[in-house]
Amino acid sequence: MTKLHIPHQIMTKIHNHGEESYPDEGAGLMLGRLEEGERWIESILFLENAREDGARHNRYLITAEDMLQGEKEAEKQGLSIIGIFHSHPDHPNQPSEFDREYAIPWYSYLITSVQAGKAVDSKSWQLRDDRSGFDQEEIIKVDSFQPKGE
Amino acid sequence: MPTLKIPAPLRPYASGESAITLPGETVAELLEAAVEKHPELNKHLFGDDNQLRPFVNLFLDEENITQLSGLETPLAEGDTVLIIPSIAGG
Repeated sequence: MTKLHIPHQIMTKIHNHGEESYPDEGAGLMLGRLEEGERWIESILFLENAREDGARHNRYLITAEDMLQGEKEAEKQGLSIIGIFHSHPDHPNQPSEFDREYAIPWYSYLITSVQAGKAVDSKSWQLRDDRSGFDQEEIIKVDSFQPKGE
Repeated sequence: MPTLKIPAPLRPYASGESAITLPGETVAELLEAAVEKHPELNKHLFGDDNQLRPFVNLFLDEENITQLSGLETPLAEGDTVLIIPSIAGG
């Protein structure tokens, strides 16, 4: 199981964003590094949900233009886009069929369940290369970025 | 020669490289050279119909090539083309 290390402070920000976006879905990018195959998140970018008004409660869209800005910001920080976080208002933190259809392998997809406006819990997932489904990642909450050897 | 920047999900199919500099006078030629060097990239950039996959976007510096001349957009020495995925879910 892949390991995704996230500072407590960043996880709190992701949960707050999910609550502030409720009843719509909130989304953004996770920037970080790979260290010996493990993923370390160092910062996040909140992005506008570009879906049309009527669909934002159960869909999100990050446009290519937003991703371009994300790539530039990641490069400026010496990081890479490691994954995407989004919330599931009043739904579990399991990937939906729509998530599977539109996901890209390799990225970490962190999903936060927001129940009645309160962020409950997050799980992280990676799409398999053959697109048949997602595998869950182990989330390890850390105090700060602390890769091996440093 | 122009440079092609590769996002993290595609780097495993490009020997881990984040940018490759290759010959090419158009975006199409640059992609062709990239696929020739890293054949595994092909299935992730192009569908069975040889069209770019819907979530694959190409930018010449800040501009989406769909706003230019698409894959036939000419490239100059030192240009940078970025492969940018668009992301959706529910």
